[in-house]
Amino acid sequence: MTRPWALLRNSWRQLTSMRTALTLLFLLAIASIPGSVFPQRNVSAQQVSDYYQEHPDLAPTLNKLGVFDAYASFWFSAIYVLLFASLIGCIIPRLREHWQAVRMTPPEAPRRLDRLPASAPAEETDGTPAEAAARIRTMLRKGRWRVTAREQDNGSWTVSAEKGHLKETGNLLFHVALLSVLAGVAFGSWYGWHGNRILVAGEDTAFCNSVPQFDESGLGARVDEADLPGFCLELTDFQAEFLDTGMPSSFEATVTVEENGAVTAGRRFAVNSPLRLHGASVHLLGHGYAPIIRYTDRYGVSQERVTPFLSTDSMLTSDGVAKFPDANVDPATGQRQDDQQIGFQGIYVPTMPENGMVVQSVFPAENNPGLTLIAYRGNLGEDAGVPNSVYSINQAQIDKGKLTQVGEAKLLKPGESWTLDDGSTVTFVGTRDYATIAIRSDPGQLFVLFSSVLGLIGLTLSLNGRRRRVFFRITAADLRESSTTTSSSFMEAGGLPRTDYPGFADEFAQLVAATRPGGGTAEGTE
Amino acid sequence: MAELSDQLLVVTVLAYLVAMICHAAEYAFGTKSHIGRAALRPERELVMSGGPALVEKSSDPVAEAPNPWRSVLIGRAAVALTGLAAAAHIGTLITRGIAAERVPWGNMYEFILSATFIGIAAWLVVLVRWPNLRHLGLFVALFQVLLLGVAGMVAYTPVGPLVPALDSAWFIVHIAAVSTSSGIFLLGAVPAVLYLMRAGYEKGKRSFPYTLAKNVPAAAALERLTFRLHAFAFPIWTFGALIAGPIWAEASWGRYWGWDPKEVWAFISWIVYAGYLHARATPSVKRNVATWIAIIGFLTMLMNLFGVNLFFGGLHSYADV
Repeated sequence: MTRPWALLRNSWRQLTSMRTALTLLFLLAIASIPGSVFPQRNVSAQQVSDYYQEHPDLAPTLNKLGVFDAYASFWFSAIYVLLFASLIGCIIPRLREHWQAVRMTPPEAPRRLDRLPASAPAEETDGTPAEAAARIRTMLRKGRWRVTAREQDNGSWTVSAEKGHLKETGNLLFHVALLSVLAGVAFGSWYGWHGNRILVAGEDTAFCNSVPQFDESGLGARVDEADLPGFCLELTDFQAEFLDTGMPSSFEATVTVEENGAVTAGRRFAVNSPLRLHGASVHLLGHGYAPIIRYTDRYGVSQERVTPFLSTDSMLTSDGVAKFPDANVDPATGQRQDDQQIGFQGIYVPTMPENGMVVQSVFPAENNPGLTLIAYRGNLGEDAGVPNSVYSINQAQIDKGKLTQVGEAKLLKPGESWTLDDGSTVTFVGTRDYATIAIRSDPGQLFVLFSSVLGLIGLTLSLNGRRRRVFFRITAADLRESSTTTSSSFMEAGGLPRTDYPGFADEFAQLVAATRPGGGTAEGTE
Repeated sequence: MAELSDQLLVVTVLAYLVAMICHAAEYAFGTKSHIGRAALRPERELVMSGGPALVEKSSDPVAEAPNPWRSVLIGRAAVALTGLAAAAHIGTLITRGIAAERVPWGNMYEFILSATFIGIAAWLVVLVRWPNLRHLGLFVALFQVLLLGVAGMVAYTPVGPLVPALDSAWFIVHIAAVSTSSGIFLLGAVPAVLYLMRAGYEKGKRSFPYTLAKNVPAAAALERLTFRLHAFAFPIWTFGALIAGPIWAEASWGRYWGWDPKEVWAFISWIVYAGYLHARATPSVKRNVATWIAIIGFLTMLMNLFGVNLFFGGLHSYADV
């Protein structure tokens, strides 16, 4: 019965020792490194799949070890859970001790003051011991010391004073704040959610907050899809300004917001200044162009697609596709012909160079736009049940020969049309701006901020505070043979820095000087 | 103005270089060195030999060891040159800021320039308060020459405006705090390294590199300076990297913390320096062990300054070369 208990107690002691805490701190630092070396799923799922492509042998093993979700992995969690357990084990006894220390009156002066690290020999001072003790006590109180004066059996007095409890208060505050940061982070990850999406300008491409409408999303463990606040956004304007070098200088999106049944037009947000809605904030991450492509099939039926093209460089050379799976439906039969679907792969260039490559933009604004299209006809492979990228033509269908290129690549300027071999036409109508937005809610973040600020205050107190004690003993002159007058006493002093404090000797000397007859005030002892 | 800034950088590096040479000269010819002692020895023997010799010596100022005052003069010149270099250094920053019409913290080059300036400013403050630490100037100047040299050669970026993501008030707060604390942390590595050498020297080790620490101040003073610099920088780093940074990240990227490589390494540095402060405050941990932790912290800072931008990229890529 006792042995497991002893084992448990010893393990707990081991865990809460400073050596263990330091080891765990270092393990945490080392365990943080892989997450900066390997791509992370929560940062970029794309980079993780790229890594799989480049290292097909290594990636599955790394994945098993949790390297691609390093900060949620069992080893990372194990270290910080142990670290925080060690922290709790360390601060609980210290809280108790500190509570007692703060309420305790300063201890009685030691018998031999001259053996303390700082001391001043007995010298004559004014007044009786009781008067001198009262004077010293008042002076120390003014200097914000905790003071106790005690009368001794032989009629002499001692004054004990202590200062600097704020150091340990700050220390404990800092460590408690760390725990509360962790709690806030955990709360945020349970009850927070986020989604990313491309929002194309225009009423028909408005967005309403729900999971299926996101391109990518993540909900906290305690968040249900139905919990998301309902609001809708329509991008009405997007202003991008660029320098001559093509570097962006400002982005600003204007949206119409429908929230709780109320519609507000003209709400603007920009990089660094998000749109704050009830229960979520909308952040502007990027910007691009969505070409409008109209296809008129051989039966004269027109369809229009507005598809966002993803930029491939800083000059916003963008690529994407426009797919028309419902094209060329014979109006006589109403049957869809699977080998007559049409899709266009395109490269959109907002500013084409005067001469040279028309598929490489030289400026990110639309100064001389051009869209180069490659047409494919056949089966787009949309119906196979396999998830299909909206940004690329299904390469497998091309490889299988089910999708074939029609003619050569064709460059179109806005408003231009291209007639295909079957008499159908494709028109590049123009473009719309789009904004890449992130919609996020983290109900824990204010609490985390508050806790971090508390932690910083605690840290500052703990690093700058100095705990120290001073003692004075005042003996009546008649108890000493060397006395000259009857209304005087002898005072000796001693000081004890409880923490590393190189300036203590100076402070002590000033204090003692101030208590001597004709001494100054205790100012400057802080 | 941009050209002036580039020229001032050259002046700065040269001034640090000359300051370093002066410090080295003082170091080599100072009273405590081999050469200095060898030069002094005959006079000491003269003093030992008796009264008349003493009178003779003190009456003849020329015989009064020429080396000490010369080395002191060289030492003073070194400090003056360091001050001059610091002036040119801030000139480089200011002209760059004027040329770019913004605070000069927009990329890695400017960031290193700022952090090293904070480092040298902190060093000058240390010098005013503890003038007898002057000998460390050799290593501080060496450090400045190396970091600024790397900044100028590897990380140089032509003057340009800020990208929209950097156009925020938190940008100034974040970078000011981070560069201040980085500068002081980097400076703190100098007494840390010297403490380890000096402590070895004081224990009687006479092999390289301990012999380098022959003339530096006592180990205890170096150790205390190391601690004070780190204890000063740590809360500023906490504020800059772990509070102001996340506040800005929340406004800009929508999340306050996302394990971006730069964030990861800021976190690692924070943990390592926290470990140093804990180790320093724990009596059972030896001071040289604690100091080694501070040096590991310094390596993580270098990794964050250079390594992350060069190897990993990530969201902080506008701090790129």
